[in-house]
Amino acid sequence: MVSQGGANRLRLVTVQGYSYRSICYRFLPVQEGGLMCPLLSDRPDGSSSSEVLFLKGIRKSFREPDGGRLPILAIDDYHVEAGEQVVVVGRSGCGKTTLLHVIAGISRPDAGRVKVDGWDITVFTESECDKFRAERIGYVFQTFNLLPGFTALENVLLAMKFGRRRPDKARARHLLERVGLGHRMTHRPPMLSVGEQQRVAVARALANQPRLLLADEPTANVDSGNQQQIVDLLRETCREENVALVMVTHAPEVSGQFDRVDHLEQFNRAVVTR
Amino acid sequence: MSLLRIAWRSIQQRALSSALTAFTVALGVALVVAVLVIHGVIDQSFRRGSQGYDLIVGAKGSPLQLVLNTVFHLSQPIENIPYRYLEEFTLGRFAPAVDVAIPVCTGHDYKGFAVVATIPDAFQRLKYLDGREYQFAEGANFKAEHPFEAVIGSTVAKRLRMKLGDQFVPVAKVGETGGEEGHEPFTVVGILSHTGTPNDRALFVNLEGFYRCEAHQHDASFEEKVLAGEGAQSPGESAAKAEAGDKHGEHAHEDADHDHEHDEHRQLSAILLVTDIERQPQLAMSLPTVVNEEEVAQAVMPSRVIAELFDGIVGNVQLLLLVLAVLVVVVAGIGILVSIYNSMNDRRHEIAVMRALGARRTTVMSIILVESILLSLGGGALGVLIGHGLTGALAPTIAEQTGVLVSALDFQWAELVLVPGLVVLATLVGYLPALSAYRTDVAKALTSTP
Repeated sequence: MVSQGGANRLRLVTVQGYSYRSICYRFLPVQEGGLMCPLLSDRPDGSSSSEVLFLKGIRKSFREPDGGRLPILAIDDYHVEAGEQVVVVGRSGCGKTTLLHVIAGISRPDAGRVKVDGWDITVFTESECDKFRAERIGYVFQTFNLLPGFTALENVLLAMKFGRRRPDKARARHLLERVGLGHRMTHRPPMLSVGEQQRVAVARALANQPRLLLADEPTANVDSGNQQQIVDLLRETCREENVALVMVTHAPEVSGQFDRVDHLEQFNRAVVTR
Repeated sequence: MSLLRIAWRSIQQRALSSALTAFTVALGVALVVAVLVIHGVIDQSFRRGSQGYDLIVGAKGSPLQLVLNTVFHLSQPIENIPYRYLEEFTLGRFAPAVDVAIPVCTGHDYKGFAVVATIPDAFQRLKYLDGREYQFAEGANFKAEHPFEAVIGSTVAKRLRMKLGDQFVPVAKVGETGGEEGHEPFTVVGILSHTGTPNDRALFVNLEGFYRCEAHQHDASFEEKVLAGEGAQSPGESAAKAEAGDKHGEHAHEDADHDHEHDEHRQLSAILLVTDIERQPQLAMSLPTVVNEEEVAQAVMPSRVIAELFDGIVGNVQLLLLVLAVLVVVVAGIGILVSIYNSMNDRRHEIAVMRALGARRTTVMSIILVESILLSLGGGALGVLIGHGLTGALAPTIAEQTGVLVSALDFQWAELVLVPGLVVLATLVGYLPALSAYRTDVAKALTSTP
């Protein structure tokens, strides 16, 4: 817990801001899109900071079968600027996926603060966190994780639906065309090649115009021919949409292309002390 | 991409399993619908049958038997009452309270259908189903002065393929074996339009002719019986039969005076009464009590007896059937639970993905609930169709066996209960898998291989 006066004040504002927002969402559902969207684009602290991700004092451990706790993450300070493209490398089991889960609000840290686009998501209620994730964080998985019962287009629209926006079919089509799947929109994932599936996943992650895109080894399940295409696609589209990219990878040929390469073993003290 | 659409997609994904589950619901609902429809129709027609008259006067004994015999043409007449007793209602003591009095004689049948001897007024002055008048599909009512005329119900005409001009000889149900021998044949002069009452399943002969046959039979010598016995088996067809009819007709006329002399020998099974409740309310109301206090006969209100019978026995049987049918639906509902719950393991990953995309816990829970409701309502809709189809398909059999006319389009209000009922059931059975979806650990499910 940070006891700095300024930080506390900031947190209070955050809490109040979000409570107000959630009240509006609960009681003014009709005006959801129109009334709330300008508010959404604001940063809660009113700052013009270009910082899109800020981790402070993060602690995360898992309970072991014998009742003890296995520390996974111990990160004191971590920043990503808006539109920045970062690759996080590290050996298996050093907490890369857990880090992304914590950033996305899928897992809660035991301690510390996660600020995305200026909002401290650790003070959100779970459903606020879900909504925030839907609207501001895109996620690309190693195993694509497209919903098999839905067409490519529907997979993208579904992400919009969870973002509680009016699904924008034109944007969904545009995104699929952008990733080179204009001719396969009505295909279901099982009818697509792995490379194509991952492209749909990229389009889906960008559906709600997020501020931050998290990619968890997006090329690990893709053949080498497609690997470079996926990386290029992710980097290009993130640049076009002004989305910060945090990509976790094993592959040196991928990490080698990034200007900023963060070694998780170096800034995650949980690995060091283990 | 509404929740409905998402739920529908996941049903499509497991099309076979979903279809089978919905089908079990459909079968259950079809049973409920069939029981409801048939219950409603039988209830109606049971109560309808008696509506043309207020009271039945018959021999002392079981009121139920009197009603079954007189209204539904089932069972045997209890005993007979003297014909002269009728005069008490037409001219005598009870006449002021009575509007219409119709004598009937039962106890005979023809090829399995009851033969009722009565007077033409039975169709002219009695009404049925809240005041509808009897209509004739073909021909017309029999006439009092033509003793050997008859009219027949619509079901009889259809089943026995009888036409106007056909002849038949009633047979006593019990007692006198081979009683048809000496009988004069009756000629069909009218076929009643369908009424939906037990009268569709009976033949009505002129009481006068009926008495003449009875008397003739009593007087007939052994030789005559043997002689006449041959041609009379298939009435209305053979020329020999017609000849026999003429011969006996003459004979019967000779007996006419003889019959009148023996008026006191004439007996009735029952008298149907329409009381004059408007002009003589007190007399009419007390009529059953007065009749019952005397030793001659009993007066029974058929509507009350039928209501007791229906609520006591038929109603209970149908309630039992309904309970069974509802149980089938509940079992089918548990089928939905099992089907969705079994799929949850495969779907946990999918749910985690939706959550990672920003779906709330309540959203994924709703998807499962909507899926359950869709399955049960879809099955329910199919079930309503099957149920009505079933009653439609069974209608001819039901009509033949019971005289009750069922249509595939006989909707019952109670069927509307099915919609909220199914939604509640689906919500209940969907709750467990929905809860499982609600509790899905996203991080864990995401990292496990799909």
